[in-house]
Amino acid sequence: MQNGEHFGMEDETYTDIDGKAISLECQSHSGFCREFTVSSAKVSISRVMVYTCAVWMTAYIIFFFTEVDHETLLVIGSLGVQVSSSYASGRESTDFIEMDKIKDIVINEAIHMQRVIYYLCILLKDPSDPSGVSSVVPLFQSSKPRLNCLVKVYRSCQEILAKC
Amino acid sequence: MVLKIFFPQCCNKADSGLLVGHWLPGQDSAVVLAVIHYPFIPGQVKQYIHQIRGQSGVDLAVLGSWSMPKEGQEGMESFLRELRTIFPQGRWLQLSREMGKIGFTSGGEGKTKEEKTGEEGDKVIFVHYEQRKVMLSQLHPTDPPVPLTQSTSELRQVFGTVSQSESLFFLDKYDDSPVKLTHWQSEGREGSIIVELMKQASTPVCLLTAWILVLWTSLCNSRSVCLGRVLEPSETLKANIFMSFLLDVTLGLLLIYWLYRENRVGQLANALLPAADRVAKELEELLQWLMGAPAGLKMNRALDQVLGRFFLYHIHLWISYIHLMSPFIEMILWYVGLSACLGLTFALSLLSDIIALLTFHIYCFYVYGARLYCLKVYGLTSLWRLFRGRKWNVLRQRVDSCSYDMDQLFIGTLLFTILLFLLPTTALYYLVFTLLRMVVVMVQGVLQLTVDFINSFPLFALGLRVFRSYTLAEGVKFSVLCEEPGTPLHLMMDINPLKFSSVVQTYRTATYSCYPKDSWLALCKKLFLGELIYPWRHKTTKID
Repeated sequence: MQNGEHFGMEDETYTDIDGKAISLECQSHSGFCREFTVSSAKVSISRVMVYTCAVWMTAYIIFFFTEVDHETLLVIGSLGVQVSSSYASGRESTDFIEMDKIKDIVINEAIHMQRVIYYLCILLKDPSDPSGVSSVVPLFQSSKPRLNCLVKVYRSCQEILAKC
Repeated sequence: MVLKIFFPQCCNKADSGLLVGHWLPGQDSAVVLAVIHYPFIPGQVKQYIHQIRGQSGVDLAVLGSWSMPKEGQEGMESFLRELRTIFPQGRWLQLSREMGKIGFTSGGEGKTKEEKTGEEGDKVIFVHYEQRKVMLSQLHPTDPPVPLTQSTSELRQVFGTVSQSESLFFLDKYDDSPVKLTHWQSEGREGSIIVELMKQASTPVCLLTAWILVLWTSLCNSRSVCLGRVLEPSETLKANIFMSFLLDVTLGLLLIYWLYRENRVGQLANALLPAADRVAKELEELLQWLMGAPAGLKMNRALDQVLGRFFLYHIHLWISYIHLMSPFIEMILWYVGLSACLGLTFALSLLSDIIALLTFHIYCFYVYGARLYCLKVYGLTSLWRLFRGRKWNVLRQRVDSCSYDMDQLFIGTLLFTILLFLLPTTALYYLVFTLLRMVVVMVQGVLQLTVDFINSFPLFALGLRVFRSYTLAEGVKFSVLCEEPGTPLHLMMDINPLKFSSVVQTYRTATYSCYPKDSWLALCKKLFLGELIYPWRHKTTKID
């Protein structure tokens, strides 16, 4: 046997104690010097990349369909108020509330998780009770602006609501 | 006050003329339905409007004048103002539009002159709407048709006005009549045979087939103009049932084609007998296991042998019965498969029944086991009460104390002990057979759910939602059209279609399905006590 020659690769397949395939390589450097290498199956980097990419793509697609891009409030005096949110995918969901059903637009306080926040909302009239409120429609739920922004919108809305 | 004028988009480019429409009661708004062009005779116009008012039931009136001067047509303004005297109204609108400009200007005159002077007049909002779509659409939630009173909401009144004024849209400016109108029909007509067919349609059956044809043509053509009618909700429901039935039959025919093409029925019949044999053999093995020491538990040998041998003999009888039937099975299956032409739901229900027949022995075993167990449990509870010196008072439906004799107590205690120690054996048999029965019930349940789903799925309504989304309206959307300084506000009103989930919820056809009346807790209690469970009990049948 010459120096540095490998033994013939045995056809016998080896496994470790768990059953995973391993390979044995025997190298003979000289008559009294031999080297044995045992290597297990490599985790191919391409596979890892593919799985990571798949996970990120799924997350991005979910984000694409559920994330809100912008929210709009359109107040038309004596006609009604239109609330619409548009998503990152371009889809828009709109809701129109007629002026007859609206009691008032107010800024309200709420306990959200561990904080107290301000939010702008539309109070709807109760058909059976003229002075009561049947339900509350909160606005700008995804953007959740702070009080200074809400006050600006509130003052502007009240100007229009007062006129009609 | 702000004046709202609902203006149809088709009249944006109409020639000058009179505006015909309806003032909404109680609101400061008007719905413009059509424009009558010059030349006209005022008497004929009044007569025509009176006729349409009677036919449609909508309080039509001449709202005002519309002027869109073309080149060379000057001096119309004074003529238009004089028209006011011919049609005496409370309010008179004067809308004018110039070529090249997009906005309208209006001069509305109130009843008294004082309202007009001092300001620039009433503030006006123009709401543009697409007349054909609004006419054909149905606002959800659909209320029963009410007259357009003051109490209904403004949008409902607008939709109601446009859809009820169908008779106004028969005459057109291209027709040879004394009154020349512009409305949505003037936007271009396709004289196709199908349109003529639909004009003649009056019975619901024709309407349904015509709608299916329209759906097909709208699939083929990109744009089809047709004189449709507003679909009432009941008609949509009927159409849904019809379409479900069609789908059912189509799927059934597909199934038949698949079954009979390669003589799969024969293969099925040949596979059925070995399958039944295999099930019986598995059951026998199960019983042998139970008769030994199942899961390491020690059973009462005598009772074990009795029950085990009884069930084994039962299985033996069953297998003989199946073997007796074997020559006829293929023929029966062949004819049963043919019945799928009546619909896939029919075939699935038949399959469910066949499964019930083939697993009849499991049902029998369950009943035997349950009855034995139930008897044992009742005996135990009663004797337990005796053990403690109490008794069940049937009259008062409660437990009372009672003094027993010595020999009653002795025998009672003895029986109690016997029943208690025989309980594990019976309980195990009961448990095993109940589990088997639950498996069969679940398979049948899945088939039943599929049948329900096919029957109740509103295919027609979903098709409408996909192809003609404006017919099912949840609400409206407004968008602001371009603003020019000096012109009033122009808004575009689009129809907001119903969400798919709402469509399915609103138009699901009710099916005659028997869902289990028991909640999960009641079910568990029944299982524990050994009472028999009837999953498909109808309300009318009595429980014995």
